[in-house]
Amino acid sequence: MSIAWFKYSSPMTFYGLAGHLAPWFGWGAAILAVIGLYIGFFVAPTDFQQGEAYRVIFIHVPAAWMSMFIYLVMAFWSAVGLAWNTRLSFMMARALAPTGALFAFLSLWTGAFWGKPMWGAWWVWDARLTSALILFFLYVGIMALWAAIDDRRRGDRAGALLILVGAINVPIIYFSVKWWNTLHQGASISLTKAPSMASIMLTGMLIMAFAAWFYSIAVALVRVRGIILERERQTEWVKVLLEQRS
Amino acid sequence: MTAMASAYDTPSADDSFAPMRFLGTVIRRDVLLAARRRGDWLTSQFFFVMVVSMFPLGIGPEPEILRMIGPGVVWVAALLASLLSLPRLFAEDFRDGSLEQMLLSPEPTVLVTLGKALAHWCIYGIPLLIITPVLGIQFSLPAEAIGVLVLSLLIGTPILSLLGSVGAALTLGLRGGGVLLTLLILPLYVPALIFGAGAVDGALSGVGYSAHLSLLAAFLVLTLMVAPWVAAAALRVSLE
Repeated sequence: MSIAWFKYSSPMTFYGLAGHLAPWFGWGAAILAVIGLYIGFFVAPTDFQQGEAYRVIFIHVPAAWMSMFIYLVMAFWSAVGLAWNTRLSFMMARALAPTGALFAFLSLWTGAFWGKPMWGAWWVWDARLTSALILFFLYVGIMALWAAIDDRRRGDRAGALLILVGAINVPIIYFSVKWWNTLHQGASISLTKAPSMASIMLTGMLIMAFAAWFYSIAVALVRVRGIILERERQTEWVKVLLEQRS
Repeated sequence: MTAMASAYDTPSADDSFAPMRFLGTVIRRDVLLAARRRGDWLTSQFFFVMVVSMFPLGIGPEPEILRMIGPGVVWVAALLASLLSLPRLFAEDFRDGSLEQMLLSPEPTVLVTLGKALAHWCIYGIPLLIITPVLGIQFSLPAEAIGVLVLSLLIGTPILSLLGSVGAALTLGLRGGGVLLTLLILPLYVPALIFGAGAVDGALSGVGYSAHLSLLAAFLVLTLMVAPWVAAAALRVSLE
């Protein structure tokens, strides 16, 4: 492993790096979102089966992807933090959780908007919907645990353990819900049998997915800068930094 | 506490049964403490019975509907009853300091958490299994379905105790620990609920229940392999 890798595992150096990177990702997200939404609303044709309502996928699918991916990233940082005792890893996990919860909620909310015209129901107990709901609950539980523990070190570690247990459980939850759904035959709607997508729609959706990705990185970096400042406030470099600002 | 001491009176390094004896001591101690303070664990049993009995009152006495919702109601009530009793799992020993003494013992902490989870199952799970057939009759379930329900709870309630021990260790000594425990652990209970209630549904609809029970047993094995270690780590984090 190179030295530069460890250099940025220190909150002090990472604070600067995050400050440099965050605007790039923020502007990248904004530009990509404009392009993606333009394609989504003006370029992409109306779907012959679903009409205009399908356009919610330009928000819905990226949000659903991000909500799952962010959980995996949180699990990664939790494992790193528990294994190597690195302070920054726990801060990253804490910085990511609100964005993950936001995307999980967005995917549920936009999914309801899509479901009403398509299925005639705001909510069906489909396997994907149900597991997305449970993922949202997991995010809420993790953030509630952090909020309840005042001691920082204990909160970090307890949260990391819970995230890892959840990460093991998520695939099991997904398959259990899937089998439960096929047994009950309640809503016989399969999202997997959706008609193949026109390439311009796919392009718009992928651009929006990158926009969501850039947004998450930018927001997490900004948030982690706040967390670093808060936790390192007694150190010399933060004092110097704050004096320069004021 | 005298029961605890017996594990230390025989410190023989070459004794390969020592961990098992330690585990047995932890279980026996917790069961003994519960037996001497009956009010505590009877509360969650009565809670279980009352929650289940509220459903016919809310939904109506039609036997067909009750038969349909019965397995799910009993299972959900079992989840809630376990959550009600779990905050006490480590709390009392934490308060009087004996938990720290247990962690200081030469035996691995995993045995403490595993033993306490198993003791919780003895106190909370086994009485539940005895009550369940009566509730099954209330919900006019046929005899076979009641048998499957009890079997599914026999496999499923240890999962609830084991996963719950993780939550109890994480929330030890926190403000509002009970409600927090519910938020943390209820999503993790989902597979147990689905396979457990699904087995009874399978028996009722004639689809068969062995697949569900096998999956439930697989989940139990996985939980047994992971949960005590996580709970031990969580306990160390909480007691630091």
